[in-house]
Amino acid sequence: MTKMVPVPSRGIIPERDVDKRPILETHHLGIDFGGLTAVDDISLTIGRTEISGLIGPNGAGKTTVFNMLTNVYQPTRGTILLDGKPTAGKTTAQVNRMGIARTFQNIRLFSNMSVLDNVKVGLHNEIKENLFASVTHAFGYVKAERKARERALELLDFFSMADMADAEAGSLPYGAQRRLEIVRALATNPGIILLDEPAAGMNPSETAELMENIRRIRDTFGIAVLLIEHDMSLVMNLCEGICVLDHGKVIAKGSPDEIKQNPAVIEAYLGKKKEAE
Amino acid sequence: MAFLTNLINGLSLGSVYAIIALGYTMVYGIAKMLNFAHGDVIMVGAYIAYITMSSLGLPSFVAIIFAMIVCTVLGIVIERLAYKPLRQATSLAVLITAIGVSYFLQNAALLIFGSAPVSFRSVVKIPALKLFGGELIVTGESMVTVIACIIIMIALTIFTKKSKMGKAMRAVSEDKGAAELMGINVNVTISATFAIGSALAAIAGVLLCSAYPVLMPTTGSMPGIKAFTAAVFGGIGSIPGAMVGGLLLGVIETFSKFYISTELSDAIVFAVLIIVLLVKPTGILGKKISEKV
Repeated sequence: MTKMVPVPSRGIIPERDVDKRPILETHHLGIDFGGLTAVDDISLTIGRTEISGLIGPNGAGKTTVFNMLTNVYQPTRGTILLDGKPTAGKTTAQVNRMGIARTFQNIRLFSNMSVLDNVKVGLHNEIKENLFASVTHAFGYVKAERKARERALELLDFFSMADMADAEAGSLPYGAQRRLEIVRALATNPGIILLDEPAAGMNPSETAELMENIRRIRDTFGIAVLLIEHDMSLVMNLCEGICVLDHGKVIAKGSPDEIKQNPAVIEAYLGKKKEAE
Repeated sequence: MAFLTNLINGLSLGSVYAIIALGYTMVYGIAKMLNFAHGDVIMVGAYIAYITMSSLGLPSFVAIIFAMIVCTVLGIVIERLAYKPLRQATSLAVLITAIGVSYFLQNAALLIFGSAPVSFRSVVKIPALKLFGGELIVTGESMVTVIACIIIMIALTIFTKKSKMGKAMRAVSEDKGAAELMGINVNVTISATFAIGSALAAIAGVLLCSAYPVLMPTTGSMPGIKAFTAAVFGGIGSIPGAMVGGLLLGVIETFSKFYISTELSDAIVFAVLIIVLLVKPTGILGKKISEKV
């Protein structure tokens, strides 16, 4: 059977990624919950070093898309290709190892563990160790542990958090917890990182810092970022490609400028002012 | 002197409870279920050790290792066959299944080994320590049990704090979903938890039957329930809690047997549990659980 390799369309994929295989593709992705179609016909293509945004009114199905991308939910229809490989039938942990990591809308750190240990859990795949070695504290294990510690501190330092390494994650201030979630996700060495409302609850200066950090992540690690966000100035300033979801369907795709002009988007946002929240 | 003798006996009995309680508490902490078959794994461990020593005539350390291997495998198999298919089911369904597994093990033992109690030969060869001119006797079993408990405690604490698998266990215990999204294989982590808990149960079984040498298919159930009590007492899910709970329970039981009444000792033990839970519902070292709003 020959597989169709879709050609990335210009305009959504940044120029530098156009001739490369996209890191993430979805084709007609959809999911039903008990006969109700929650999300339908989502086709996305994300370049290897693209920062893209998934926006839409509340309840549009954005987090559901994230859950399908990470196989927390099994899609009812459609396919997901991560770095060209289908993720169907894989477990969440396997999909993570294939190169997709995420943060959560509501912070889900391991709050009773230290900041350093949270990152080390993220590094889990990188440390080769078995149960026997960890019990006997074999030489190789100690070495791997030291390497993991170094790497974890390096990552924390990238976000100026190295001095908090020994603090309990749950005791950190809100902004630092949000950053730690990103560090922990980055520790799994992903090709694409999904950020679920990373700016939620942040003040303008924290948001500005977050935007700077997201750009740095892309530039330093050379990975793609897909984010869900309600802060339109962040989305419009940061994202190179935007996909707008409403009622579980894609209503627009394109560059920030195209999205701003799109009548369907304007209607989805302004025509429904009375939504909850 | 009677006080000291009882204290030592209590600590020794409590150490056995603590080792068993560790199995309960680890499984509860990570898989969020009460494995009521844990007590019967102790009995299986003791029988395996008994057969290895009496029927095969092998030395006691081989018996202990063999018992640990069999129980580890048994623990993993029980989890795979009985509990894993119920991972998404209600906790009540899992609880009933655990009770079912417990009865299954007891009755399987009844079929294989018969109902007649066998007398277990102690694995401890160390002579008793006579102190204060023979007034205070510390048996070899007591010493070995307490030392084993301390070693296990330290090893387990280092394991969960430092090792990769230990970190994975703590991560799964805090947030299974987030742990999975960090690439942790939750099934392997839960299997490892059962494996460790069951290996500890084998050690507890051998130590228990060395101190109280009557072995029959129901041997594990009462210590199992008491160790579960100890785990709740100390704060279920907490490893140091299991240690504190087990030791306290053993001491309270021994003292109430000596000073109050042998018949009432169990009632007193459970009454203390009820009082502790009324005052501190999460147990002595249990973490306060604040519901997310």
